[in-house]
Amino acid sequence: MKQGIFEIKSNIALTATVYKMVLVGDTSDVTAPGQFVNILLDGLFLRRPISVNDCVGDELILIYKVVGKGTEQMAKMTAGQTLDVLTGLGNGYDLSKAGDRPLLIGGGVGVPPLYMLARQLREAGKEVSVILGFNTKDEVFCEADFKALGCDTTVTTVDGSYGVKGFVTNALPESYTYFYTCGPEPMLKAVYKATVTDGQFSFEERMGCGFGACMGCSCKTVTGNKRICKEGPVLTKEDIIWEA
Amino acid sequence: MGSVNTKVTLCGIEMDNPIIPASGTFGFGYEFAELYDINCLGTFSFKGTTKDPRFGNPTPRIAECYAGMINAVGLQNPGVEKVISEELPRLAKCFHKPVMANVSGFAIEDYAYTCEKLDKEDQVGWLEVNVSCPNVHGGGMSFGTQPEAAAAVTRAVKAVTKKPVIIKLSPNVTDIVSIAKACEEAGADGISLINTLLGMRINLNTRKPVIANKMGGFSGPAIFPVAVRMVYQVAHAVKIPVVGMGGVSSAEDVIELMLAGATAVEVGAANLVNPFACRDIINDLPRVMEKYRIQSLSEIIGQA
Repeated sequence: MKQGIFEIKSNIALTATVYKMVLVGDTSDVTAPGQFVNILLDGLFLRRPISVNDCVGDELILIYKVVGKGTEQMAKMTAGQTLDVLTGLGNGYDLSKAGDRPLLIGGGVGVPPLYMLARQLREAGKEVSVILGFNTKDEVFCEADFKALGCDTTVTTVDGSYGVKGFVTNALPESYTYFYTCGPEPMLKAVYKATVTDGQFSFEERMGCGFGACMGCSCKTVTGNKRICKEGPVLTKEDIIWEA
Repeated sequence: MGSVNTKVTLCGIEMDNPIIPASGTFGFGYEFAELYDINCLGTFSFKGTTKDPRFGNPTPRIAECYAGMINAVGLQNPGVEKVISEELPRLAKCFHKPVMANVSGFAIEDYAYTCEKLDKEDQVGWLEVNVSCPNVHGGGMSFGTQPEAAAAVTRAVKAVTKKPVIIKLSPNVTDIVSIAKACEEAGADGISLINTLLGMRINLNTRKPVIANKMGGFSGPAIFPVAVRMVYQVAHAVKIPVVGMGGVSSAEDVIELMLAGATAVEVGAANLVNPFACRDIINDLPRVMEKYRIQSLSEIIGQA
């Protein structure tokens, strides 16, 4: 983990509520896709955890949805402003399990962290399939980014206004070597049931610190209590215990 | 000047400075030891430890507030046996000063059991006995809201340890002074306060409490004036040293609490927002002391 001051290079809307922010600073502690950063904002006490969409050189890219005061403030920020950011938080995805034909499944604002993963898997020569689930056509983002990587990309919408009608689980391919997923918990549960291989799930939880000190985001797993911010946010399929 | 003296003595143990990360905001120290040399601290109070392992409360356990936060972690810890067999040896590699052991319980015998175990550990300098956790039912705070119950815990713990016993009190009471005095009469070597204030937030979207346990402990800069007031009241009523805490986030806050009567000062929620908070406060203390013409911190205790 590192604390650093990052300068905003750009901050643009991708949909009515989803924004893409490019930050420039010391990214040396961002070591795996699926990690997150924790951002200090004016007038708010706790930092706001945001997943890393990509990290290249000194550029840190975040794609975030406006859901509360913190992300509202971020959406109003402009190039040249600076942010105090803790980087390198969480374990991130383990690429070594991917096999030759990994499947990536993202839902809504769970889509962004899969991009850096897809890029690295493509760079490693993997044949990557991607399923991106949204509620409706107007909410779709990032589809072109995954296609540009050469991923076999399918979009689903719940209302059928774009792509395959239904949920991500309605678009699962017949065969894949492993899977990685991130999205809302009901989607993660559906993916857990519908998938036929091992895989890795990225979870969300309300956090205090984001670096393992406060025990605010603990969960029970097969291998003991874990902190979503420290031993997570990525848990393996065999480690998950779903709370009722 | 350049030669200010930040040393204080707490219950017979000298500390390089009065800064103590508060229990529950510093784990067992390792997360912070990765970031800076935690030997710069006066000491730290480790994660509240109970007789048996505890997972704690369901999530969400955290809520944002104006100038603060609510937590309802519920004393998640591996239990005293594992704290001794696993956490303390690991801590010994990165922290070489006496540590403050924070203990909670659900029965008087639990407190005594846990303290008796920790009494045998050389690394432990002080026992901070928490009779004030707002996040567990049938224990914690229920001992800290009645003078007789707080005194009973104090006596039971004093009977099993030679280490200094500091009783950590809750602000969620009508008369904190009577409870502090009862602990002093029962043999407490010190009093620490304040634990968190009982609070609650409700999510307007779901129309339900933000926190799964509904209520939790409110901490952060918003509670600092309450801490100053209660430290002042207790420090003027007892002869034993007082460890002050509650919303401390700067060297100025440290000095203010010491003027109110604190011998040492714990820093809690600030660690969760700025992981370097305690190091920064310690580094800033000499500058602020010079600004307010303080030669030795121990001289200002209770001057207000």
